[in-house]
Amino acid sequence: MMAKTPVQFSLNGSSAAVFVDDAQNLLDVLRRGVGDLTPKYGCGQGTCGSCTVLIDGEPHLSCLTLAETVEGRSVETTNGLAAGPNLHALQEAFMENFAAQCGYCTPGMLMAAKALLDRTPRPSREEVIEAISGNICRCTGYDPIIDAIMAASGQATRRTG
Amino acid sequence: MTVHKGRGFACINYPIGMNLGGDPSQALVHSTPDGKFMVSLSSIDLGQGMKSVTRQIAAETLGVPVADVYVDTADSDTGPHCMGSFASRGTHRVGNAVIRAATEARKALLEAAAEELEVNAADLETDGQGNIHVKGAPTRTITVADTAIAAQFKQGRTLSGRGIFLIPPSDVDPDTGEMTPVSCFAHAALVVDLEVDDETGEVTVNEINSAYEVGRALNPRLVEQQLIGGAWMGVSHALYETTEPYYPDRNHGPEDFNAYLMPGPGEVVDHNIAVLERPAEDAPFGGKGPGEMCANPVLPAIANAVYNAVGVRCDTLPITPERVLRGLLANGGARPQGVR
Ligand code: FES
Ligand code: FES
Repeated sequence: MMAKTPVQFSLNGSSAAVFVDDAQNLLDVLRRGVGDLTPKYGCGQGTCGSCTVLIDGEPHLSCLTLAETVEGRSVETTNGLAAGPNLHALQEAFMENFAAQCGYCTPGMLMAAKALLDRTPRPSREEVIEAISGNICRCTGYDPIIDAIMAASGQATRRTG
Repeated sequence: MTVHKGRGFACINYPIGMNLGGDPSQALVHSTPDGKFMVSLSSIDLGQGMKSVTRQIAAETLGVPVADVYVDTADSDTGPHCMGSFASRGTHRVGNAVIRAATEARKALLEAAAEELEVNAADLETDGQGNIHVKGAPTRTITVADTAIAAQFKQGRTLSGRGIFLIPPSDVDPDTGEMTPVSCFAHAALVVDLEVDDETGEVTVNEINSAYEVGRALNPRLVEQQLIGGAWMGVSHALYETTEPYYPDRNHGPEDFNAYLMPGPGEVVDHNIAVLERPAEDAPFGGKGPGEMCANPVLPAIANAVYNAVGVRCDTLPITPERVLRGLLANGGARPQGVR
């Protein structure tokens, strides 16, 4: 039997405690250990961004993060965005701007965008593009996502009519 | 080094579905005891909006609020058969099957309501808000929910319907060889403006202007969403994506997302879209659906624009800087085809 390591961290404001295997990554622990299925497994090698979560407010690729390293830290996922029945402004804006089709990239996009808006409440379009440049989307063509993030920050989108 | 501007045009007639094997899809509709309606399909929503559109079609046909309709595409093993979500057939084929199933369910709904109101079913109408009235006597009314309860617990009747849409397979005329492989076409025309750098071979798409004729746009925002995303994929296929860049030599192919090239959020192209609505007679509420052709015309338009810019005719995709440079070399330099 491989030794398990106990890890405690804050997940979306609640405390979480799990036993993790050596070298187990955070994505696996979130999905299988804690049962939070919002971060997605896309590539498992840090190239798609669909597993993006926030650790102490900074975006990280959870597939490349050793689970042990979040001991005592704060982890945020898309699961924690809505407050009760009220969706987060980003979630509303993604819906309004039709920024999701299959939705596979959406949790990663939302978390990358949240990290940006928490730091820079009124980003430029270029800053939005930079913030999601590590996240691949196959469906939307990115424009609706960029528009949604601009809209969530209270700024005009490019869409007319 | 010179950057050459080019403009390219392409248009497309795109067949909706395929007739050779009949191309059938089925739908089943039934009410829950509280008067909500469930549409069961095996047609998969990959993000293109199949669930939203079939939900609208079912609600419109049943005469009930869209919020009271659910679409279940859970399991193609146990659900009603569908050929699949491909060939741009979803809205047209599945939508038609849903109309038929919902029409049958509506008939059962009105018959059950007629029994409760003690009138003829032909004298009833729905208000689309969850009520059924006697025509011309709006106070003689029953809710869809009460009708469903009565049907389930008193009348012993199901409020359900079955639907299939099948276009008979087309035979080949032995004399002429003529046949009808498809019944319904969507159309588009698309203009691409781009720049080609004759030193690096790089192509930068600046703007796309397109007009799409998709029958009736059953959900205009979903149509627009597909057209935006599809055009992005068209640009990606035209200029970036390949698994075998030196086919049939398998070398230098990408093995992961690091090396598989696609345009990112920084390479988004401005795209102005005009959706032309020309409802098709055999389509559900006239809607054919954008489907695959949202990506297709982008590729020839880009190839034409590259030719227009520097006189290089690329007949192999993607149009990589290497292919452009080899073309320029073969031509002895850039040969812009038209001043603009
Ligand atoms: S799954 Fe982590 S970057 Fe793709
Ligand atoms: S919505 Fe499908 S990958 Fe982004």
